[in-house]
Amino acid sequence: MNLAYRDVRHNLFRFVLTCLGLSLLMAVVLAMIGIYNGLVADALNIVKAPQADLWVVESGTQGPFAEASKIPGSTRDAVARLHGVAEAGSITYQTVEARHAGDTLRLYVIGYEPGRPGGPQAIAEGRGITQTHFELVADRQTGLVVGDRIRLGRNSFAVVGLVEDTMNSGGDPAAFITLVDAQTLQSQLAPPAQRVQTARGAGLLESADTVAAVIARLEPAADPQGVATTVRQWKHLGALTQAEQEAILIGSVVDRAKRQIGLFLGILLTVSAVVIALIIYTMTMEKLKQIATLKLIGAPDRTIVSLIVQQSLALGMVGWSFGLILILLVKDYFPRRVVLEPVNAAALGGIIIVVCIVASGLGVRAALKVDPATAIGG
Amino acid sequence: MDDARQPLIEIAGVSKHFGEGEARVDALRDIGLTVRRGEVVALLGPSGSGKTTLLNVIGCIIAPTVGRVTLDGELVYDNRALRGDLRRLRLDKIGFIFQFHNLLPFLNACDNVALVLTLAGRSSAEAQERAVELLDYLEVGHRKDAMPALLSGGEAQRVAIARALANSPRIILADEPTAALDSKRAGIVMDLLRKLAAEQDACIVAVTHDEKIYDRFDRLFHLRDGVLEDQEEEVS
Repeated sequence: MNLAYRDVRHNLFRFVLTCLGLSLLMAVVLAMIGIYNGLVADALNIVKAPQADLWVVESGTQGPFAEASKIPGSTRDAVARLHGVAEAGSITYQTVEARHAGDTLRLYVIGYEPGRPGGPQAIAEGRGITQTHFELVADRQTGLVVGDRIRLGRNSFAVVGLVEDTMNSGGDPAAFITLVDAQTLQSQLAPPAQRVQTARGAGLLESADTVAAVIARLEPAADPQGVATTVRQWKHLGALTQAEQEAILIGSVVDRAKRQIGLFLGILLTVSAVVIALIIYTMTMEKLKQIATLKLIGAPDRTIVSLIVQQSLALGMVGWSFGLILILLVKDYFPRRVVLEPVNAAALGGIIIVVCIVASGLGVRAALKVDPATAIGG
Repeated sequence: MDDARQPLIEIAGVSKHFGEGEARVDALRDIGLTVRRGEVVALLGPSGSGKTTLLNVIGCIIAPTVGRVTLDGELVYDNRALRGDLRRLRLDKIGFIFQFHNLLPFLNACDNVALVLTLAGRSSAEAQERAVELLDYLEVGHRKDAMPALLSGGEAQRVAIARALANSPRIILADEPTAALDSKRAGIVMDLLRKLAAEQDACIVAVTHDEKIYDRFDRLFHLRDGVLEDQEEEVS
């Protein structure tokens, strides 16, 4: 006869209500884990997207994500000719705000050379860029659909394809355009501003052919550090391997946000543990008279301990399951990407089991101290 | 000694005090008491006289400060030295009946009775069978699936009696067993307890204030300030 199950069944409505409350708490914890993962994943996605082995940037910078980097567009040819480099492509990054359908859209615009490294990895809908000008491939998060037109700077672009899960560490969805268009977007001023600059004589000697970085894919046998060392011999260039670039991004760009969310997650887990402990302790306290009766009629301690521990675990596991289902249902409606891996859910489940066992320890302690005489005398 | 008159409860020189120094309360003082098979006895006395403490000592719930307690031939306390597994003793030899029945609210009538049997090691099927037998015998078999909250006072007390009798205990302790019942039902319950004590060769010790049922007891023990007055009073 399972007393824990019978008690839960008897107070089913209350148990479900408690589980529901706990599940909301679990959903918040899982959401924070997902947001934390999403932040890291988004930051890394943009670095991983070009599938580069080497990032050639402006000397003395850790560009193009942690710091601004500006190198001549001709660098690509020089890098492509290096021993061990299979292919190379120039790339630019800039954040742009554009109006679309009455809303302001914040885009992380990536300029790349079609046919070279740096473009979108996989097209989810539509096609890739095939024309030299005024075509755009956007992340689905932008809300743009294939066939839409959007104005960037002074030009109108046609949306020809959509990609997924491509955004920067700030959560701005990516939009891919050709390098030439990106350079124009970067350097083109509004006509009055252009006239002022021309009158000042500025820009006459400046070339618009600058890029943020050149990304290179290496031959399978090539050593990335060896090629990077070669690049660094050109004093105006710096070079970072893919691993170094990822480390910079995690260690500097998203570090503070990551720590902030991590701290908040820690607080949430602590609050959850306290709430679970309180619920279980209260549940036990309400049953003290019944526990005294059980002791009086000769129930061994293990019967009483298993009653409390089983209910505690049931509460934790049902709360965790409901919470997981809830967050899986709503995670796509979050403004930022929520990335939940099975290992995260399993880890939280493990933590909840430990918390429930520890929390039930308080209840068990109280229950074992109950005097059977409490059952006598009303 | 005639086997039928063999003592089931033997208490000699039992005292119990709580606290020390000025806060010391002497709940029981040098109590001597013997209850034999088939006997139905009552502990009487005003509040604070030590009735419940004595019931708790007999029920192996609290240990006396000094004195000897022997239950069904088994020495349980000998000047505070514990001589046995109290939980097992409670389970095997003692049945408890409470003022407010104390049925577990999450088990139906049948399971409340069967629980005691499963705790004693009976299989679930055996326990259920015996529980139904007992409930039928106590004329509440038709309510075996009812939850305690849906039972009337009399029905709940009968289920509680069935639970107390489930393991065929030799000693039945009752704390105000009829307090929650009207006089007619109180008489019925007491007659039932007398009948069961006789059938099961058990003895019954009840704490009561209910004068209407005094005539249902074989002997009345009066307690005052922890002392057993006049030792006993035979009820004719």
